Formats: sequence, structure tokens, C-alpha cells
Amino acid sequence: MSEITPEIVAEHGINEEEYALVLEIMGREPNLLELGIFSVMWSEHCSYKSSKKWLKTLPTEGPQVIMGPGENAGVIDIGDGNAAIFKMESHNHPSFIEPYQGAATGVGGILRDVFTMGARPIANVNALRFGEPDHPKTRHLVSGVVAGVGGYGNCVGVPTVAGEVEFDPSYNGNILVNAMTVGLAKADRIFTAQASGVGNPVVYVGSKTGRDGIHGATMASAEFDDASDEKRPTVQVGDPFTEKLLIEACLELMQTDAIVAIQDMGAAGLTSSSFEMASSGDMGVELDLDQVPQREEGMTPYEMMLSESQERMLIILKPGKEDLARSIMEKWDLDFAVIGKLTDSKRMVLKFHGDVVGDLPIKPLAHHSPEYDRPWVPTPDSKDVLASDISEAADTTDALKTLMSSPNMSSRRWVWEQYDHMVMGDTIQRPGGDAGVVRVHGTNRALAVTSDCTPRYCKANPVRGGAQAVAETYRNITAVGATPLAITDNMNFGNPERPEIMGQFVGCIEGMRDACLALDYPVVSGNVSLYNETNGKGILPTPVIGGVGLIKDSDKTATVAFGSENESLVLIGDSIGHVGMSIYLDVIEGRREGNAPIVDLAAERKNGEFVRSQIEAGFVESCHDLSDGGLAAAVADMVIASNMGAEVIKPADVETPTTAWLFGEDQGRYLISIGDAESLLEAAEEAGVSAVVVGRTGGNDLTLPGGSTISVAELRECNEAWMPNYMAG
Amino acid sequence: MKARIHVTLKNGVLDPQGKAIEHTLGSLGFDGVNEARQGKFIELDIQETDEAKARETVTAMCEKLLANTVIENYSIDLEQ
Repeated sequence: MSEITPEIVAEHGINEEEYALVLEIMGREPNLLELGIFSVMWSEHCSYKSSKKWLKTLPTEGPQVIMGPGENAGVIDIGDGNAAIFKMESHNHPSFIEPYQGAATGVGGILRDVFTMGARPIANVNALRFGEPDHPKTRHLVSGVVAGVGGYGNCVGVPTVAGEVEFDPSYNGNILVNAMTVGLAKADRIFTAQASGVGNPVVYVGSKTGRDGIHGATMASAEFDDASDEKRPTVQVGDPFTEKLLIEACLELMQTDAIVAIQDMGAAGLTSSSFEMASSGDMGVELDLDQVPQREEGMTPYEMMLSESQERMLIILKPGKEDLARSIMEKWDLDFAVIGKLTDSKRMVLKFHGDVVGDLPIKPLAHHSPEYDRPWVPTPDSKDVLASDISEAADTTDALKTLMSSPNMSSRRWVWEQYDHMVMGDTIQRPGGDAGVVRVHGTNRALAVTSDCTPRYCKANPVRGGAQAVAETYRNITAVGATPLAITDNMNFGNPERPEIMGQFVGCIEGMRDACLALDYPVVSGNVSLYNETNGKGILPTPVIGGVGLIKDSDKTATVAFGSENESLVLIGDSIGHVGMSIYLDVIEGRREGNAPIVDLAAERKNGEFVRSQIEAGFVESCHDLSDGGLAAAVADMVIASNMGAEVIKPADVETPTTAWLFGEDQGRYLISIGDAESLLEAAEEAGVSAVVVGRTGGNDLTLPGGSTISVAELRECNEAWMPNYMAG
Repeated sequence: MKARIHVTLKNGVLDPQGKAIEHTLGSLGFDGVNEARQGKFIELDIQETDEAKARETVTAMCEKLLANTVIENYSIDLEQ
């Protein structure tokens, strides 16, 4: 009698080839529990089976890197014996099904990835992407996701300091919720998931296990169809107050010398945490599932091993430290249970009611998961749109007004005002600028954090788009005066079994790699979310990059707000007026055409280093990077932030048509306001950096070349009105 | 007609608020509470007099607004 039918295998998302491998590894037919474990361990989400081959090509090393990918999060050296630990992770599918809880548990999950390594979380970042504003589901999803991010982050007491919100029809059926946490630890007190010591106790701490999210990890790797409402009961519910207790309890336990290894229970819960810990230490584990704290009656081993209940950790203790650990956990009102021990069998043995209910080899399951070299085709080149191909705007400030009040350019104040960005008292720059800046508590150093991606560029040209996403975070971090140190990536793509989608993935990785190498800006952690498709329609390729930079002296930073009247506006970087795939072309002319802008990585680095040196020297009054909407949008942001006007003057020798000059999206550029432009221009010339005066600050209006004018008040009103008006519906 | 609606979390869905109630009752000395689950109670005064029609309308209200049917159940009592 066999309980494993082909239907059951298929239901577990395991194909025939993979099942043959399961049989080979097991040497017999697995039972349902064992099959369930294979299923989650080999899901795309846990095994990276389609992406591993390409992720390996990304640069992950550098003098600043303490730990790269492979652990729960990446660790970088930030001086003074401190380390920053960070990672970004997606919670896309759960957030589409239940936006509030999906987003909330996404934030909870990424927080655990960071504090499990010994860091106190000090900043959250959220990159959110929704369908078109007119889609019937969008408003509900925005409202739920933003409330969920805020609800969890605010309750747990970690500031949300940066992020992005973008709308595009390609996300109608697959929204993206990418959450990033940055934590602070002592560089010599980093905790890993590497188990060791035969006989050491395996302990469970945190919340009790319920039937939450059974098969969440396999769901996260499945395409949606219209019947996905059926998959709904798998949504897990977050409890931020328990998370707060768990943070404090774990950090307190980490002050003792009781811990051998520690790992949070994320996707695939008890299964992935126990397998990963045992596998990285090449150990065996014996678990007694009767000891697992349970919230519900009659839970089966299958449910316990696959549950995704939140706020749980698995810890390997040193022998004899059980009472110490128990007293700390009980002080913080958390469950504590010794559920097993390490063995030298290199096997996972699961016991329930005295019987062995599962017995699997660890290494083959964890490390020899299938790895695919999926067929891919390069994205065909798009015909570019030249500056001369677009008509001159009849009135440039009218065009700017339309742009600044469009869904993707309007102010996100409505969003970030729902997030507590000041809790912990170390926030130096709030959301709304180029990067969030948080002080390294008790020092004069600070970290700058940001997230970026321009998916329409990635669609048109994945290689350029991948490089641009990395470069834009570099620029945002530079614009506040920080030195970019390392990135985390969150690769959101469609179905990798389609060669054109796989081609987008491969292209983006290539561009990211080039940029990381050129900018000495390695990848230290990341996450992949594939199968973001509904009814065969994939999302725009969206490799979201989270960047972290260091400010050595937090008194020497720049913001986007002008210092005073009559400062010169200096444009750093070359402007040729690239309008292909620009926001201007999309919003004003209704054409999403052309190629993505080229990122000249050598210039990117040179310009960035120059701008940083000027900010560090204290010369710069304000600084903003140029991205969507080009020069005009950057000036508009600065004018709104400073509540002061400015006049933009096109230098006489510029041949680019005015509209393309104002709205083109050439890369590697910054706009600086400064009292003494002469010495800046001299320094730029010496450094071989292109710099030109393009106007000055002052007055109550923004004036663009040709004399077209808009008041600061009107500009702010149109920029800030869209989001609240839209949400009021 | 009065419609009384109870909205409760589905079985098995984590109830942080219920957990807090249970815990606090314990610390106040009320022993013997095995579990606390909480929900909400909504009372509507509606014009409709036909019970079948009223039930249909209130069900639609629950589905659209009053309950989050992804994680919550609801029950409706009608009284003339």
C-alpha cells in the first residue's frame, strides 16, 4: 500500500525528475511527512534552484565584508568594532492574499533574519509595488500593505526610514512587498546558524506552533490563477509585541555564552531552520515533536514541521545551559522547550508519540537540491527614442506639474507618515530625501539606507536596468554624504521556466555584477522571488537593490533642502538628454518606448566620489541625485523640500533641446546647491568631473528656461495631493 | 429590524489580542482560563422588514466590509 500517489507528489510541487531524485536520496519511498519536507526544502523559495547558477556570479567580497551571502543576513564592518547586518526579503504572495498580515509578517520575518545574528534592528526599509491605480484591487492592497508595514514596524519599535512605492499594470495580480532591515552588532559578537557538538540540546523559543501558513513556502513559488482564493487559509498572522519580546530575550541570551547556533523559523519553519543548522555544521538532529509547544490540539508531525507560525527561533545551546536559557525566555513570557539534540548521524530523525515518523539524510536534502540551468534568451534590443524625436513641451512648468502629480512621481508623504520613522531616537534623515540616515547609537557615525529599482528600464534592457538599480542606490547614499559599502538584492521576476523571463534575470544579474565590481559595492545578502505571474502574464523584471552606506561624521551630511537664497545650482555629470523609457515620455507623451539609459560606471564612481568629497568638506548646502524626471524633477523636489523657489538657467552652449535637457534621465548625475560655485567648479575640473552652473535658489517660484513659472505652493500642492486623494477614493 | 453580527477569527488563526486577555486574566488571579478568543460585535438597525432580504443584504455587508473573510468568520442574528 502506498500513500504517495503521483497526485500527492504533484500537489507538493515536486516534478517527476525531482521525485526520482527523492527516491534515490531516500533509498525508499518517502512517507507524507518526508515528502512534505522535501517539498518545502526544494521549493524555489528555499532552494534557489533556478537562480543559484547566476547568483554565484555576483561579487560578494571586499575588505568591508564580514559575512556574505549564505547566512541569515549579510554582515559588514562599519568601524569602531561595530558591524551592520542587513537583508531584504520578499513577502509578495502572502501580501496579495491578505495585505495587512502579509506585509506585517514580511516585516517580522526580515527583522528575525537580522536579530538572529546578534544585531539590534535599527532601521526598516520597504519597497512596495502595486498594480495600476485604477485596478479595482489596488487601493485595498495599498491601504492594507501600508497599514501592515506600519502596524508591525511601529509596534515592534524599529523606525521605517526609507522605501519606495510604485504603480504599474504589470503588478495588478502580483504586488511586490520587499522588506529590508538593518541591524547593529559588535563585529566580534556575530551569531551564525552553524550547529556543532554532539548531544547539544536543540531548543525552541518564541510563540507556540499553530497551523499557520502550512505550505506557505511552496505557495510563494507557485503561480496564481483565478482560483487562488482557495489557498487563502495558509496566511499567517503576526504578533509584533511577541516579536519585541523575542528580540529582547534573544539579545539578552546572546550576552551570555550559552549559544552555539541560532536560526529563526521563517519560510518552512521548523524544517528549514533545523535542516539549515544541521547541514552547515554537518551534524545530525533528533527531534521529539511531542515537545514542540503547540497552540492547537491534535497537530500532526506534518503540520508541525511545515507550520509557518511567526515569532519562533531555534537555538542550539551549550550543554548545561538549558536552565539559564529557560529563565531568560520565561522572564520575557516566551515559550521555551528542549525539543531534541544534535547527533553525529548526519540524519534528521523525527519522533512522535515514541515512534520514528521521519528519517532523512540532511546534506543531500539541504545542499543537493535540484539546480537548474534554465534555458534563456537575451532580451532583444529596443529602438531608442532620441532627444530630437520628442516634441518640445509647450509649457515646461505645465509639463512638470503634470509629472509631479502623476501616480509614480507624487509625494509618498501619505505612506511614510503612517510609519514611525523617529522611534529609537537616532533618525537623522527621515523618509522623503535620498536615503534614510540613522545614527550608530552612542557614536558620531551614521548609516545611510535606501532601496531602488527602475523596472521599466529593466524591461527595456535588463543589463542596463540591473546596473542602474545598483548605481541609483550608490547615488542616493552618496547624495546624503555617505560612502556606499554593500547591497542586498531582492530579485522579483516572472516564471523562470519561460526563456524570455530567465533572460531578463540573467541580464539583470549581469548588469548588477558590472556595477558592483565597478563601484566596489558587493552583494552581501539577498532573496529571490520567482513565478510572479498571473494567468501567464509576468511582472516587470524588478531586481530591487537595498544599499547601505557609512557616514563617518554625522555632522557632515547633505539633505535635499537648499541652505539659503542666492546659492548656485550646480549640475554634476553629463547630460545628453536621454529620453528613452523616461517618465516624461511615459506620462506626457503616453509612450513607453526606447532603451534604458546607459550607466557609465566609471563616471558614476568618479562623480560620486567627487560629490562625497565636497559634502565631507562641508562645502555643499544641499544635494539631490537625478533620477526619474531628470533635472526638472530634482529641482522640484528640492524646491518643495526647502519651501524656497529657484531659477533654472540653461547654459548657452548646451545644444540638447530644452525639454530633453530638463526631463532626460541621463545617469550618474547630482544637483548641488552651494554658496561659492567657483571653487566647486575648479575642483570638479581638477577631478575630471563635468560640472556646470544651471541656476540659483531664491524667491517663491520655480522658473524654468524660457521663463515658464510655477509657485512653490502650487508645486507642493500638486505633488502632495495625488496620494491622499487617491486613497480617499 | 435589528441585525446583530459576531465577527470572530477562524479556527486556528493566531489571536494576539485573545492571548493578551488570557495572559492578563491569569496575572490578575483568575485561574482556570484555558483559552481566550476575542472578536467584535456589530449591531445594525436596518429598514428592511423581509427577513430573507435582510439576511442577504447583511451577508453582503459582512463579505464586503464587516469581516475580513480571509481570516475571519461571521454570524448574523436578525430580530424584528
